Amino acid sequence: MAAPPEPYDIIECDVLVVGAGGAGMRAAIAAADAGCSVTVVTKSLLGKAHTVMAEGGIAAGIGNVDPEDSWEVHFADTMLGGQLLNNWRMVELYAHEVIDRVLELERWGGLFDRTDDGRIMQRAFGAHSWKRLAHVGDRTGLELIRTCQDKMVHTPGVAVCMEYTLTALLKSGDRVCGAFGYNRNTGAFVAFKAGAVILASGGWGRMYRYTSNSWECSGDGAAMAYAAGADLLDMEFVQFHPTGMIWPPGARGILVTEAVRGEGGFLFNAEGSRFMLDYDPVKKELSSRDVVARSIYKEVQAGRGTPHGGAYLDVRHLGADYVKRKLPSMYEQFHALASVDITSQPMEVGPTIHYTMGGVRVEPETAATTVPGLYAAGEVAGGLHGANRLGGNSLGDILVFGRRAGVAAAEFARTTGASRVIDDAQIATEQADLLEPLGGDANGSTPGENPYKLHEDLQLAMQDDAGIGRSEESLQRALGGIQALRERSTHIRVSGGRALNPGWHTVRDVTNMLVISEAIVRSAIERRESRGSQWRFDHLDQEVAYGKVNFVTRRGADTMDVVSVPLDPLPERLRPLLERSRFYDAAKLPKGYLTETTPSEAANAPAVTPKRKKQ
Amino acid sequence: MAVVDQPAPAVEAPTENVLTASGLTGETLTLRVLKGVPGGEQAEVAYQVPVVAGMVILDAVHYVQHNLDTDLACRWNCKAAKCGSCSAEVNGHPVLMCKTRVDDLPAGPVTVHPLKSFPLIKDLVTDVSRNYEVNREIPPFTAAPDDGTPWRIPQQDIDRLYEFRKCIECFLCQDVCHILRSHDYADRFYGPRFFVRVASLEMHPKDVLDRREQTREQGGLGYCNITKCCTEVCPEHIHITDNAIIPLKERVADVHWDPVRFVGRKLFGRNGD
Repeated sequence: MAAPPEPYDIIECDVLVVGAGGAGMRAAIAAADAGCSVTVVTKSLLGKAHTVMAEGGIAAGIGNVDPEDSWEVHFADTMLGGQLLNNWRMVELYAHEVIDRVLELERWGGLFDRTDDGRIMQRAFGAHSWKRLAHVGDRTGLELIRTCQDKMVHTPGVAVCMEYTLTALLKSGDRVCGAFGYNRNTGAFVAFKAGAVILASGGWGRMYRYTSNSWECSGDGAAMAYAAGADLLDMEFVQFHPTGMIWPPGARGILVTEAVRGEGGFLFNAEGSRFMLDYDPVKKELSSRDVVARSIYKEVQAGRGTPHGGAYLDVRHLGADYVKRKLPSMYEQFHALASVDITSQPMEVGPTIHYTMGGVRVEPETAATTVPGLYAAGEVAGGLHGANRLGGNSLGDILVFGRRAGVAAAEFARTTGASRVIDDAQIATEQADLLEPLGGDANGSTPGENPYKLHEDLQLAMQDDAGIGRSEESLQRALGGIQALRERSTHIRVSGGRALNPGWHTVRDVTNMLVISEAIVRSAIERRESRGSQWRFDHLDQEVAYGKVNFVTRRGADTMDVVSVPLDPLPERLRPLLERSRFYDAAKLPKGYLTETTPSEAANAPAVTPKRKKQ
Repeated sequence: MAVVDQPAPAVEAPTENVLTASGLTGETLTLRVLKGVPGGEQAEVAYQVPVVAGMVILDAVHYVQHNLDTDLACRWNCKAAKCGSCSAEVNGHPVLMCKTRVDDLPAGPVTVHPLKSFPLIKDLVTDVSRNYEVNREIPPFTAAPDDGTPWRIPQQDIDRLYEFRKCIECFLCQDVCHILRSHDYADRFYGPRFFVRVASLEMHPKDVLDRREQTREQGGLGYCNITKCCTEVCPEHIHITDNAIIPLKERVADVHWDPVRFVGRKLFGRNGD
């Protein structure tokens, strides 16, 4: 048996919320409104979460600008964008409820740009049929987080623990009853004892070298859920945004908003050719993110890349005044970081890791995971976006499912979760694991691995071999690299003490990222096709069989198991809605349960819906 | 203040890694970081950092963390000037480290110190929790109960609020304001960031609360003598003094120094109006 644990603080609450971005704050408000005491734990200061990075807006079928829009069309666009791998019930709930969530934000004091008649303005975005994104300039995420933050801190019953890291979920039998971690500033251990736990901890872009994500996006929530036995879904789907900065080196990965192309920006290769005319003559630069990202990648691979390995994004033809008025933050960003005046010089851009579609598998109605007492909402959860997310659908996601998770977790905490027991043996094990790397010296002669170096090596392995384009060979190489890094990670040593020691903090970030990276790679190996964000050089087409399954990653005794689970086909009542999308093309439906290829499949399959008349 | 020179890895040839991959200029930057913990002595430690094209101070601090001193504490998140976490005093100026280019600074050593107006936690990290307490004291946005959404609000009615809502809460204005920095009036003065906050609420067309007396009394608005130091350091270029504080002072004057109300208060007590 492990030694008795070092003394630790206990903070008790009905509902514990892990993460303080939009999903966490919306969940906290919902749980507190249901009468629960709520503790929100964040690795950073309040209001700094990755939600602030969102620029475009919140997609909602309000129809203020284009009256033809509705939740039904939003549903169809989201399903088609996700290549029909989405959980259709999540999409249905989402498209319905996001409208109320936007109006609720306004009711809480959030500002939106207005139409001429004073209603919420909506803008066009890639693969949305109509002008749909409620927005405020190019800082919608900041507006959302500030509005939720102000609402939350003035909601009775919500306490916030800033700058705490959680490292493990605590279980009582099969049920999650809290979490364990430490105060980052002091290093003191703390156990949160809770009736229910909501993961709202965001995505995991940091295992890639070029990413628009902040340091926080290390996948802690998904890694803790996996360790606690929860299913992870669709882990192979990682979204590349086509336009990130690529120069100077320190700025590489920083996002260049899609609005640059929305306003009329052109993409050129080093030879001055506007290559998107070849790859997508219809939508051109405003094709979907995966198509534009791949096109840039192909140009670079063909030797037509810019000096720093990307493409030129050019807005000079729009005129200096127009650019400064419509794209002020991009003007400022390139001016400050790259010494580039975008009104007289082109921007150098290339694909950057942006979002993770996969995540913890949840029930649509309640956001409940496969482990009792554990809920997940926002980017950490999987299912809503399928194989590819449309711009504007993440800010809506966090509000809709944040609220649903809060309501359901509150109910659970008051009933099943009323009895809460903490197991000291679990805590002793976790403490020993956390303390092991301390006391060495990563810089000096003491043998030991530097956690930052491990992180850099992981980023290289993932970027090169599990990035935008993948093959069996590259993925196997990545898997080997991850396994070697896991071996090295057992020798991590850091200098310094427990009080605010970034080296020590990085240790768990890296070990979490190793787990999640392995899940990404193993799932990507299993999906032997190209679909949505997954581009396999060795399997360039979509396959019907893979359109009928999701891949689930789950923890075995000593293994990481990836299994295919049949997805729930779109019910008859919702199938006609797909045709409401302006991008519906019966001849080009994503391959899967709505299409057939072989006679034997056709014979076995239940009646596939034929093309219907327009409503 | 003691200066400790870190000897060993100064001349070590940097390896190609995530932070230095291409773009090395061949120059070396001396970064003098004020390290320390509360109660202990703070000392500048000098680090030698290979300069990369377009390097910002946060890149240099990260290089130190990755290669020279894994224990060096700094706060950061987005590295894109959108979250306001990496505030510090570089060569004595309060700035965001992620937006401060090395090649924009004068040649020679660069000092990086924590924000002076807040209690130290460790190295470059300070305790800014007082700001969150102030925010809690300010009554939140409140619409009339019977005023249900969807609302019709003309764009012109909210245009002037946009500037205030750009605030990323870097707290550089709180750091540089002499009421907080020199006079240490944190217990009786909200500070520039929260006058911006109050202004954004007071000027919201749908808000029905009146925060003017509270801003004068608990917020200490009168202490501000409009030296505009806050405006100068704002990375979002918010005209804090001109567009938030001065209009608030005018509004407070309207309610507090109105002669009729003044007499009313004298006769009937503070809430006589």
